[in-house]
Amino acid sequence: MSEHEYVPKSKAAKWFNDRLPLLTLGAHLTDYPTPKNLNYWWTFGGILTFCLITQIVTGIVLAMHYVAHADLAFASVEHIMRDVNYGWLIRYIHSNGASMFFLAVYIHIFRSLFYGSYKSPREVIWIIGLMIYLLMMAAAFMGYVLPWGQMSFWGATVITNLFSAIPLVGDSITTWLWGAYSVDNPTLNRFFSLHYLIPFLILGLVVLHIWALHVPGNNNPVGIDIKKPSKDTVPFHPYITIKDAFALLVFMIIFAGFVFFTPNVLGHSDNYIPANPLVTPAHIVPEWYLLPFYAILRSVPDKLGGVILMFSAIFILFVLPWLDTSKVRSAVFRPIYRQFFWILVIDVLMLGYVGAMPAEGIYLVLARVGTIYYFLHFIVVMPVVGYLEKTDPIPMSISEPVLSGGAEPSLARKVNDKV
Amino acid sequence: MSKEEKKVNRRDFLFTASYTVGAVGVGAVIWPMIDQMNPDKAQQALATTEVDISNIEPGKSITVLWRGKPVFLKRRTSEEIAEARAVKLDDLPDPQKDEDRVKEGKDEWLVMLGVCTHLGCVPLKDKGDFNGWFCPCHGSHYDVSGRIRKGPAPTNMEIPKFEFVDSNTIKIG
Repeated sequence: MSEHEYVPKSKAAKWFNDRLPLLTLGAHLTDYPTPKNLNYWWTFGGILTFCLITQIVTGIVLAMHYVAHADLAFASVEHIMRDVNYGWLIRYIHSNGASMFFLAVYIHIFRSLFYGSYKSPREVIWIIGLMIYLLMMAAAFMGYVLPWGQMSFWGATVITNLFSAIPLVGDSITTWLWGAYSVDNPTLNRFFSLHYLIPFLILGLVVLHIWALHVPGNNNPVGIDIKKPSKDTVPFHPYITIKDAFALLVFMIIFAGFVFFTPNVLGHSDNYIPANPLVTPAHIVPEWYLLPFYAILRSVPDKLGGVILMFSAIFILFVLPWLDTSKVRSAVFRPIYRQFFWILVIDVLMLGYVGAMPAEGIYLVLARVGTIYYFLHFIVVMPVVGYLEKTDPIPMSISEPVLSGGAEPSLARKVNDKV
Repeated sequence: MSKEEKKVNRRDFLFTASYTVGAVGVGAVIWPMIDQMNPDKAQQALATTEVDISNIEPGKSITVLWRGKPVFLKRRTSEEIAEARAVKLDDLPDPQKDEDRVKEGKDEWLVMLGVCTHLGCVPLKDKGDFNGWFCPCHGSHYDVSGRIRKGPAPTNMEIPKFEFVDSNTIKIG
């Protein structure tokens, strides 16, 4: 990235760097030119890295005390909570950490949607990010099964039964996933194995995500390319590291607030009842971060249709860079799209809310309206608005709005002139 | 020219043969890795369960566990049987006669998997709009024969393979 070639100072460092250029990589990461107008919505990459490391470290420790067996799992979790030194703390960090991880990833994703970070030339970053998101959902789901409480068991039953909707081979696939004829000990065992594996797959994808990011460089709030690195950018360290560190501290305060004051508020009390294959809890809900998709699943009065729609809701995001026809990245300069963006935010929040409610009456109506808008937003609104919208004038360079004290540019060119 | 072509062909054959043998080898290794996830011998060994039904009064039902799944055994009253048989097949999303869901001559015994065919929850008995079962998860209603009547479930509750060992014992599986 940087134009000058890095040369280590000491002889020993040079000897090592000639054989494995780790120091060159470190220098690249330190000097990495970053747009100087990044706002706090850009601090969630660092926050998410922190979340991943936290989950891996606490998870490895929990695995030293947890027993992945249907007869012992529930008791071993209680053993962690009561007997293991600081076990309660480590487990609460891990379980709330999952929620904080999703909170951060949703902000990160919506930031990308608002500022058009998924658009050319950053499509691959976006797609790798979505793969991370999918793996996160798989890891979170399997992790929720491990305590082997009522919600664990029945959540696992409902989610694995989604695959039974597949015509012809559905039942065989479900049995194969279970390793039994119902969710049972073999299921718990393999979920533990995969739950341990997936974070390391995510870690690998995070490396690719950052690598792909460092090819074109960061997007930024005005969404235009860097014109002059010397004027438009600052080195990653110390400018961005200190800003990321500050945001991370604020994030950790919220995180600690959950861990120490309301550690169970995001969970479900039914999961403190041991799994019972004979009794389904009266009201099954997934964890909050999966609720919008659950609402979409339940909004369709047909099993296969619901499953297809739910998976489509995620997979449609993969083609988003090609559904968005606008040449302007940042919604700051897109007066029409900006409004639809906020409608989408409200729509997803509403779907999350109705996903937690019983699927009947007004909630079912809202779920259907929300589902229809969700798909319309991506399939119709994004291509059409991008094509018809008259965008606001975008600034000449990153420096300009920064120096003139706001996003409103003094000198500007019209982007609609199709340069 | 012809000599060169011959050489290329020979090499092509070697490539193709290598790829083929390689693919067979990879497949031979991958299959055990996939199949190990299917139910093992211990799971398959749980394939049958015998149930004593002598204590079940008419109109009552019990739930037993078979292969980790609940099985409902309901001894139906003659009114309930009549109600199930009065339903027109046109009213059923998954048309099936009540007669086909019980053993001939043992019409009072309904033996079925207590698993909602939507996403696998256990329906609650004596609930719902059709005097049968109601699944609390996503609102599927089943009638007194365990047939789906309303809601997202696609099919009737499944009848497992079972037989009467004697007049007091049912063997499921």
